[in-house]
Amino acid sequence: MPLNIDWQQILLHWMNLAILTGGLYFLLFKPVKQFMEKRDAYYRERDEEAAGKLAEAERIKAEYQAKLDAADEEIRQSRAKAQQAVQQSAEEQLSRVQTQAQQILTHARAEAEHDREEILRSSQRELRKLASEATKRLALERDPFDQFLDLAEEGVKHEER
Amino acid sequence: MKQHKKALALWVAAILLLLAGALLTGSPGRAESVQEAMRDAVLHSVNRVSLFGWKDVNPGMISAFTVTGILLLAAACIRIFAVPRFRFKPGKLQMLLEEAVGLFDRMARSSSPHRYGFVRAYIFAAGAYIFVGTLFELLGLQVMTTLGQPITLPAPLSDVNAAIALGTLSYLVIVSGGIAGNGPRGIGKALKEFSLPISMSFRLFGALLSGLLVTELVYYFVSLSFVLPVIVGVLFTLLHALIQTYVLTMLTALYYGEVSEPSHKEKKKRAKHA
Repeated sequence: MPLNIDWQQILLHWMNLAILTGGLYFLLFKPVKQFMEKRDAYYRERDEEAAGKLAEAERIKAEYQAKLDAADEEIRQSRAKAQQAVQQSAEEQLSRVQTQAQQILTHARAEAEHDREEILRSSQRELRKLASEATKRLALERDPFDQFLDLAEEGVKHEER
Repeated sequence: MKQHKKALALWVAAILLLLAGALLTGSPGRAESVQEAMRDAVLHSVNRVSLFGWKDVNPGMISAFTVTGILLLAAACIRIFAVPRFRFKPGKLQMLLEEAVGLFDRMARSSSPHRYGFVRAYIFAAGAYIFVGTLFELLGLQVMTTLGQPITLPAPLSDVNAAIALGTLSYLVIVSGGIAGNGPRGIGKALKEFSLPISMSFRLFGALLSGLLVTELVYYFVSLSFVLPVIVGVLFTLLHALIQTYVLTMLTALYYGEVSEPSHKEKKKRAKHA
């Protein structure tokens, strides 16, 4: 054969390569590849787990956000109701107070009018009484001029002392 | 500083001493001319080695078995001692092994996305064989020829029989991919590339043989045996070990992917079934 080609040796090389291919596959390629796939699967699983946990956290966050929004709305409504109630109560109290004030004022005016009339009547009575008493005294007692003179004398004595 | 100078002086003195010794000792005389050495490197008609006393074979055959033995022994050691200690955070050896396996796995997946299970195992073994086999010549292991002379074991693929075996086996793997992917039509597709086994075989043979011939030539003359072998022997060997590994595995994966790719009719049928 040209170039010293030997079919028997070629077949021996084939056998050698077949042994090498099988041996390297089972001893090296397959175990290393299996380990790499195992590691990939582990990290993929961790990744999926993390993604799942993230999604769960997002869901819980959204849930709590919704609850917070509902609570805010409830608080807003309660506050509005309370404000309305306070406003109403204040208006009622104001109205009541105004009515009471009006009543007190009316009552006070009536009392004042009554008192004034009473005082007027009483003073008229008093005046009449005084006038009648004065008239009686004038009519029954000594002469006022004498009285005046007596008093004046008493005053001079007093100064001399 | 003084210690460094002393070490440097000792080193230079040792080199000069060895050079003088080599030049003064002289050569025992050449058993063959450079033409004969070259012809024997190509044809292996003279220096043959006995295979367990059964048959006289080319030295490349012994190299091939030795390389396979080394690879399988290393693989077994790795399987027993290293793989069980693999961690999710890899060490240096684990990273190297994962990178080697991942490289051929990715090459197979990207070149033959439809069917890559077998071809990735094959190109991994072929790649390891070519790379380690090419570097094997650097070890300079010696065996006795049938004529009783010592001979340095060459790279396995510098033997034409080994190169033909690897080229044709790669072609058969490609044909098997065609049959697995497309049935009888796949054989037709693979047979269209009838020049592949020849081109792959002789590309390997030519590349490895040229390295061997240059090395033979360099070592044939004593005056060329200093400094130069560091470049031609180590750097070139490393370089073409990488190149030949890449070329053969890439070609095999590419052609495998091409012939195993389902035809348009098959794709339509599959799409309908899906």
